[in-house]
Amino acid sequence: MSSTEQPVTPTNDSPDFKAVPDFEVAPGMQRHLADARVNVELDTGDMIINLGPQHPATHGTLRLVVRLDGERVIAADPVIGYMHRGYEKLTEFRTYPQVTTLINRIDWLSSFANEVPFVHAAEQLMEIEAPPRAQYIRTALTELSRIATFLLFLGEMGLQVGALTPAFYGFRDREHVLNLIESATGGRFHPNFNRIGGLKDDLPWGWIAETRNVMKIVLDACDVFEDLVLGNEIFQARTRSVGIIPGELGASYGVSGSNLRASGVDWDLRRDGAPYLAYPELDFEVFTHPDGDSFARYWVRLQETRESARMVLQLLDKMPSGPIMAKVARIIKVPAGESWVETENPLGQMGYYVVSKGGTGPFRVKIRSASFSNVSILPWMLRGVYVPDVVTILASLYFILGDIDR
Amino acid sequence: MSVLALEIGWGWMLAFKALVILLIVPLGALVLGYTFLLKMMSHMQSRLGPMDPGGFHGWFQLVGDGLKFLQKEDIIPEDADRRVFAFAPVIVVISTFLMFVVIPIGPVAVVANLDVGVFYALAVSSLSVIGVLMAGWSSANKFALMGALRAAGQLIAYELPLLLAVVGVVMQAGTMSLQGIVSAQQNGSIFGWSGIGNPFIFTQIIGFLLFMIAAQAELSQTPFDMPVAESELVAGYMVEYSGFRFLFFFIGEFGTATAFAALAATLFLGGWSLPGVHGLSAELLGPLVLFVKLMGVAFLMFWVRFTYPRLREDQLQAIAWKFLIPIALANIIVTAIIKVAF
Repeated sequence: MSSTEQPVTPTNDSPDFKAVPDFEVAPGMQRHLADARVNVELDTGDMIINLGPQHPATHGTLRLVVRLDGERVIAADPVIGYMHRGYEKLTEFRTYPQVTTLINRIDWLSSFANEVPFVHAAEQLMEIEAPPRAQYIRTALTELSRIATFLLFLGEMGLQVGALTPAFYGFRDREHVLNLIESATGGRFHPNFNRIGGLKDDLPWGWIAETRNVMKIVLDACDVFEDLVLGNEIFQARTRSVGIIPGELGASYGVSGSNLRASGVDWDLRRDGAPYLAYPELDFEVFTHPDGDSFARYWVRLQETRESARMVLQLLDKMPSGPIMAKVARIIKVPAGESWVETENPLGQMGYYVVSKGGTGPFRVKIRSASFSNVSILPWMLRGVYVPDVVTILASLYFILGDIDR
Repeated sequence: MSVLALEIGWGWMLAFKALVILLIVPLGALVLGYTFLLKMMSHMQSRLGPMDPGGFHGWFQLVGDGLKFLQKEDIIPEDADRRVFAFAPVIVVISTFLMFVVIPIGPVAVVANLDVGVFYALAVSSLSVIGVLMAGWSSANKFALMGALRAAGQLIAYELPLLLAVVGVVMQAGTMSLQGIVSAQQNGSIFGWSGIGNPFIFTQIIGFLLFMIAAQAELSQTPFDMPVAESELVAGYMVEYSGFRFLFFFIGEFGTATAFAALAATLFLGGWSLPGVHGLSAELLGPLVLFVKLMGVAFLMFWVRFTYPRLREDQLQAIAWKFLIPIALANIIVTAIIKVAF
């Protein structure tokens, strides 16, 4: 090598680059890359592991880059966006009735609850209101989708901490609720049932009696989960004081819904927000838990499932008669203006900021989805926990990837 | 020598024994896998499980799965340590085969009636963790490595209570030979009443519970399945295995479960012996009796496996060292006092 030649910094591609420092190998022995890599990682003390985007604990395509010291997490970095579908932009090219099809797919477990705030925002701009019967049916279906979402959580959480059986119970009992939603709306997962000014159809014959039966099943299922999962000593050992969110910190991160109520913050938009649907006329309790750990989140969701079932029964008792659609023009044009509607969705606070310039479609829609803010606290929560606790925390925060990435 | 009271030459005897050992592990794995993993778990979870293969309640499903695994491409990761990777599942299965050597299924029907039978069975059962460590290390996969290290930590914590739980039985029987332990139970008596002999589950109930808990950890079944924890480590040390190598692990898992269930049945439930059955009929009925007892024990194991959540690694260590080992030691002391006093 001539002296004028500059030394080249080895890059990954150059043959000089050695990812692994050399160590002495006895002649005749082949050195295996596996040994060498593991050696290096043990030497440096920590190892970086990718949980996801395809991993059983991440419910889809959340990716966590976790830096580990043995089993202990030093730092965790959630990487989102693998499911980004650009819904906020897509709404700008749709008419108002078409938008509900899109927003069904944000939080796909409780699609009906997603539609409600958007439809409300549009109705506010048009200064119309859905008739009382439509409001009651909307409330009932919103609560049913909350029950469906939480039943899945109650089972899934068991699966994530290692118990196989509760997951199947969760799916089994949720199916009854989904059947109800399907028989009323025609869609099991994506009802697309709300119209601006009311609903597409009235309830089918016999639906109310069937719903009463299913609510009994739901209440029984809650008892089963209380015995099988919540009361289990191993479950308690795995969840108590794991993943504590202090109330104030959670609120400052934008955590909302059951996650925040489990941290002792008594805040529920159904009661405390601007009145919407039939909630002001209902008698219901808001549950909080002082601990803020994974166990508290499970406990709060279990109580809320029960309370939702009771609310549905109340709604059925009070269900008014009358039309289900307000008088709305065939082609919907929303007057210029801006409106913000936020509701208490199963996963937390869901809001739509709709800007209209007077056309058939929105000019701009900002979607505030609960899971996006809920997972923002993950780097803070995951510091210093063990690998199994990462899974517990992810499961107990209960996010839906569609709700994070939109 | 005789088996089933037939006089045969030693060469045939050897071939017969080898055949039994070679058959019993895959057969045990099949029976337990089908009965518990496919059917019992399904019914616990309000499902039916496989119903079609074979015509009757899907009994052929696992055989079909096994045949499918044999057809699969043999995938070895590029960075893996190929020889170690290939050899690891074999070690796991070998340890299972070795366990069956000392388990008696009749008055004379045992491959080798060693004087240190219990000791030998528990010793060779621990060999499998070497295979697990090899698998995790050679896979060049971080999940596999973590799973393997968890398995190693678990073994150290649980080998001790497992051995200490058995010590009570050994003291009571006065022998470590499994045949000796069975005959001690068959010929024993409960306060002078010898109607059903003296199965050690009555006097050694604490030992039995400890043995079952420790065996659950040894088999890495829930609540101690951290080495394979599917929601955390995907499949732990098995994560890179597919095809027939995975099949080896599967056979190893359920074969070892069979072996431990048989061991527990032998140590605590009287093994092949049935009250009032002696001589030739005991030889003929022995395997069946042991099988029924074994399935009863296995039912307990899998019931727990499909119901409970999984403990964390540090909690497992705490339970082993702070809880199980002191109880096991106390059990030994009490057994010794009673043995000397009466």
